[in-house]
Amino acid sequence: MASTLAPAEVQLEQPRGADDFELDRPWIVIVWNDPINLMSYVTLVFQKLFGYSRAKATKLMLQVHNDGKAVVSSGTREKAEHDVSRLHAHGLWATMRQD
Amino acid sequence: MVERRIERTAGGEVALRLPPEEQTLLLGLAHELRSGLETAPDDPSLRRLFPPAYDEERDERAYRELAAEGLLDGRRQSLDVVARTVGQDRLSAEEADAWLRALNDLRLALGTRLDVQEDSLLDGLDPDDPAASGLAVYAYLSWLQEQLVEALSPAD
Repeated sequence: MASTLAPAEVQLEQPRGADDFELDRPWIVIVWNDPINLMSYVTLVFQKLFGYSRAKATKLMLQVHNDGKAVVSSGTREKAEHDVSRLHAHGLWATMRQD
Repeated sequence: MVERRIERTAGGEVALRLPPEEQTLLLGLAHELRSGLETAPDDPSLRRLFPPAYDEERDERAYRELAAEGLLDGRRQSLDVVARTVGQDRLSAEEADAWLRALNDLRLALGTRLDVQEDSLLDGLDPDDPAASGLAVYAYLSWLQEQLVEALSPAD
């Protein structure tokens, strides 16, 4: 199963200011509950897009369903935006923000 | 019990069995959404197909510029695949994937127009409800979608 939560590798070659660390804070991708997408469909999309096991995909789907939202992936801004656009292509209500 | 329309074959393919009147219905729905995307992409029922990625307006505008055309194009293509293959008895993996997204887009557009809620269909359809025919189509699309999801879902 692909892990998407590993922090980016960072080479610390010189002292850095607070702004640099600000840039390193990961972006998170959030999927929000909606009344139309089928639970089985959402689970399949998580498996397909992120390579999650059925157990993990089902757990995330239930979190969306019961809590109204779930963080489904995280990483660099580029990766988060890529994931959001793939979720949008599948009709899921996904947004992203810096953690 | 009504016969399934979509299922996984022993060989791992997706078998499709749509009666002619259902093929006609799906062709009409795919055509309608396809034209809606061309002529009225800002219609509220279609806006649900393009949710915002960012809270912040400037970021969101940049995301739109980058992603909107590709997302629109993907939607057109998947609807075209449905229109082209609706009479087939087998779907390739690629075609089945297009069906998966197109059926969901049809449900999103119709469900948004009907203001469907999670419990909208739990009590069945009221024939006096002006939305009854729309809800029946929505329920049909959901039924097909469940079968396709089941056919495509990996076991673990």
